[in-house]
Amino acid sequence: MPVTAVGQSVSRKDGIGKATGAAKYADDLTWPGMLHGRTIRSTVPRGRIRAVLFDFDTTGFTIVDHADVPGSNMVDLIERDQPLLAVHEVRHVGEPILLLAHEDKEVLHAARVLVEYEELPPLLDPEGSEQTFKTITIDKGDAAAMAGADLVVEGTYQTGHQEHIYIEPNGVIAVPEDGGITVHGSIQCPFYALKALKALLGPDIPARVVQTETGGGFGGKEEFPSIPAGHAALLAHKSGRPVKIIYDRVEDMVSTTKRHPSIVRHRTGVKRDGTLVAMEVEVILDGGAYVTLSPVVLSRGCIHAAGPYRCDNIRIEGRAVFTNTPPNGAFRGFGAPQTEFAVEVQMERVAEALGMDPVEFRRKNALRAGDTTATGQVLREDCSALAVLDEAVRRTEFARKRTEYEGTDRAIGLSLFYHGAGFTGSGERYLKSRARLEVTPTGVRIATGSTEIGQGTRTMHAQIVADALGVPYESVEVAQPDTKHVVDSGPTVASRTCMVVGKILEECAVEMRSELGKLSPAEYFAKHGAMTVERMYEPPDWIRWDDATYRGDAYATYGWGCDVVELEVDPDTFDVRLLEVTAVQEFGRPIHPALARGQIEGGTVQGLGYALLERVVMRNGAMANAQLTNYTIPTTLDVPEIDVVMLENPYPGGPFGAKGLGELPMDGPAPAVVNALRHLGHDIRAIPATPEMIAASPVAART
Amino acid sequence: MRIATSSLDLRRPATLESALQALRDDARTPIAGATDLYVTLNFGTLEARRFLDLSRLAELRGITERGDTLVIGALASFTALQRSPLVVKRLPMLVEAARLVGGVQIQNRATLGGNIANASPAGDSLPVLAAVDAAIVLRSVDGERRVPMTEFYTGYRASVMRPDELITAVEVPRVEGHQWFRKVGTRAALAISKVVVAGVRDGPRAARFAIGSVAPTVVRARKAEGVLAKGGKIEEAVRALQAEITPIDDLRSTAEYRTAVAGNLLRRFWAETA
Repeated sequence: MPVTAVGQSVSRKDGIGKATGAAKYADDLTWPGMLHGRTIRSTVPRGRIRAVLFDFDTTGFTIVDHADVPGSNMVDLIERDQPLLAVHEVRHVGEPILLLAHEDKEVLHAARVLVEYEELPPLLDPEGSEQTFKTITIDKGDAAAMAGADLVVEGTYQTGHQEHIYIEPNGVIAVPEDGGITVHGSIQCPFYALKALKALLGPDIPARVVQTETGGGFGGKEEFPSIPAGHAALLAHKSGRPVKIIYDRVEDMVSTTKRHPSIVRHRTGVKRDGTLVAMEVEVILDGGAYVTLSPVVLSRGCIHAAGPYRCDNIRIEGRAVFTNTPPNGAFRGFGAPQTEFAVEVQMERVAEALGMDPVEFRRKNALRAGDTTATGQVLREDCSALAVLDEAVRRTEFARKRTEYEGTDRAIGLSLFYHGAGFTGSGERYLKSRARLEVTPTGVRIATGSTEIGQGTRTMHAQIVADALGVPYESVEVAQPDTKHVVDSGPTVASRTCMVVGKILEECAVEMRSELGKLSPAEYFAKHGAMTVERMYEPPDWIRWDDATYRGDAYATYGWGCDVVELEVDPDTFDVRLLEVTAVQEFGRPIHPALARGQIEGGTVQGLGYALLERVVMRNGAMANAQLTNYTIPTTLDVPEIDVVMLENPYPGGPFGAKGLGELPMDGPAPAVVNALRHLGHDIRAIPATPEMIAASPVAART
Repeated sequence: MRIATSSLDLRRPATLESALQALRDDARTPIAGATDLYVTLNFGTLEARRFLDLSRLAELRGITERGDTLVIGALASFTALQRSPLVVKRLPMLVEAARLVGGVQIQNRATLGGNIANASPAGDSLPVLAAVDAAIVLRSVDGERRVPMTEFYTGYRASVMRPDELITAVEVPRVEGHQWFRKVGTRAALAISKVVVAGVRDGPRAARFAIGSVAPTVVRARKAEGVLAKGGKIEEAVRALQAEITPIDDLRSTAEYRTAVAGNLLRRFWAETA
């Protein structure tokens, strides 16, 4: 019996290259005659551009403004509202106005451009914004049933911006070739960038996008790279030379997208016995100055806003609004970390108001197979809310510690959460994702648009193909995503790369196996030459979704998690020391246990940073602490070893039973931390819960 | 790097005499580990373009005893401070401070003299030196002078040091009693201090206490010390301390938090060293 690849922690396809330094990232690449590009940006949050003056010798410079755009100056995304280069007005600090390129980086950076503005009063408060990018209403039953509740608990919860802090900042190189422009870059979704480049360059200039080795994305390189890619392409088109644009950390933090700040209001009605009667939720996301992906972030946020609980009467109303701040965009979790933080702290407070144990309260209300979600989706057997809760509580001896820690500086808290895998509703149907498998002289090659951004795409896809085709893992190659040579597999986002693209590859492999008969791919190639199999994704046929009413099957399946956090608050400094963190998560089945564990550990740490440390300080619409010294992410000393538990509950629609995993671990840590702080008596309703905030928080009288 | 590095002018003298002569001849910014300087160089906010690299001056690296005085060369790195048996024995709280400065790479490069000269109110070694009444040894071509640490700074990032002087050493008199150090950073490691304190408990009523990141310069808490020396209650000393610091709201913390934590740490120091 041959050892199969799936379920084994095989060596990473990209491991040796990254460990030895052979892997080439955008800034490692160079072309003959290459120029360096620089972006001149707005320094005011709102204003009209009165004049742009060059206080330098422009000889040897390529200078590009909006008038140099051959096609459309608007980024081609959901709405075409965001200019690649400002024309008359700027709406946020960091908005691109002008591009410079020069072959000498020092000369480039020494160039002084003066922009004169007529400044206008900026809108910085999302609650005061009347410009709405998107509104969503989800109705289940009748929220007026609230009147029949024994007890109604209200609360307002807030979350701040969060920076992605991928190790590699944004970077691209645009190269003129074959009468068109090819952009190589640190890009999560090459076909998004391609679409944007086509709109920007117009019909006469062909575009192509090649992903370079990418040092992390977390959503930050989902839609954003269309902008630097477009900028480099404009400079390359005008100069006729390759142009490289690499952001330094400050520029990346000041001007690129972040997680949407949120304000979420809850009203929850319960019976004395803990039964949920009705939930009303209002979600406000600060979209920043342009639409970007805010409507879909809001959508996912709203769908998850009632938490993994059964309640017959729910009304969720959400809006994403305009402010004069840099546009917010995709970030691991995509709206769900914000709304699940709110609902999990709210549930803790409801249990407290009832005088009920928080575990019992959750156990009573947690979704089970056969229950319906807020959108009316009937859950199937792949629902594991109770399983993760029970395992986490058992494993951590939650009940014993909860009592034992009373009256000490220690505390324990938990969160129950879920995350829909893949695009929402009919999204996967619209995407029509494709994947291709090619026979080669030595084995097979995977040709998809899915990108490796550190999470293990190449390895995990190769494992799926190896086992579905019955060939050794080593004989499976993975092509570099190059829009000229691979098919569009949909974006590498939304926890869909394993579950959706992996599924298409599995089907390709099964089909190829039947074509190969008993031959190995190499034998087939020697005998018959090349063969390719290409297939399109078919979502499960039972999925029904109505975009107009937000009713139906929001996701084909969900991952489930329960995080338990034990912590200690220093009585002198209010520093929070995490003692133990337990992450129990069910995501179908791990294809690669070590990579899956890495996703859970990494996502949990990112969530702990979101909970405690990561604070974007905005002053007059600009990030004031745009440096890693003052925007602090957790170090190894800030986080204990994480006890990761991977429960299995195979999903029939995924490859080898796998669901999506990437985002799930991001949803749980913040509410678990805040609920632990609550156990100590700190009534925290906003994150990050810094020592300053804990010091200032009243210790609530607890029953 | 936003500053054109090719435009920088660096001299690297081989002896202290030539270094001092170079400083007398024209204005240059002395650099040792360059760990603070590189940050501003990278951000493009540094104005200086002419530098004097002290890294070849091996005579400034030593850590020795002269009678009762511990003499620490200005170029002793934070790693060297942690490894020095003399510092471990005589000034263990400086070892603690040295361990919490930046990360290991920073500790390998950054020097005690640089921490003093950089004059950040958040410098982690500064409260230690202020609490133990260290003296800063300054040299120029004209000769040498000693300035008590508590009189070294004149304001935010300002000191009595002249442009033609170099810090050559720090002299620490013998310290009797319990040493106590605490850094409160923005996270567990690689953090800039929000509050940083060092104390020496000389006797039942005697304490020396210094605190950083709560005023334009490191503060020696003379008033709080005075209250305790007269047998006053710790709460009275806390109020005195909170009156002699002037913390601000900044990117890292708030005045309110710093005031509260300063008081808490004085209480904790007093209780733990009793």
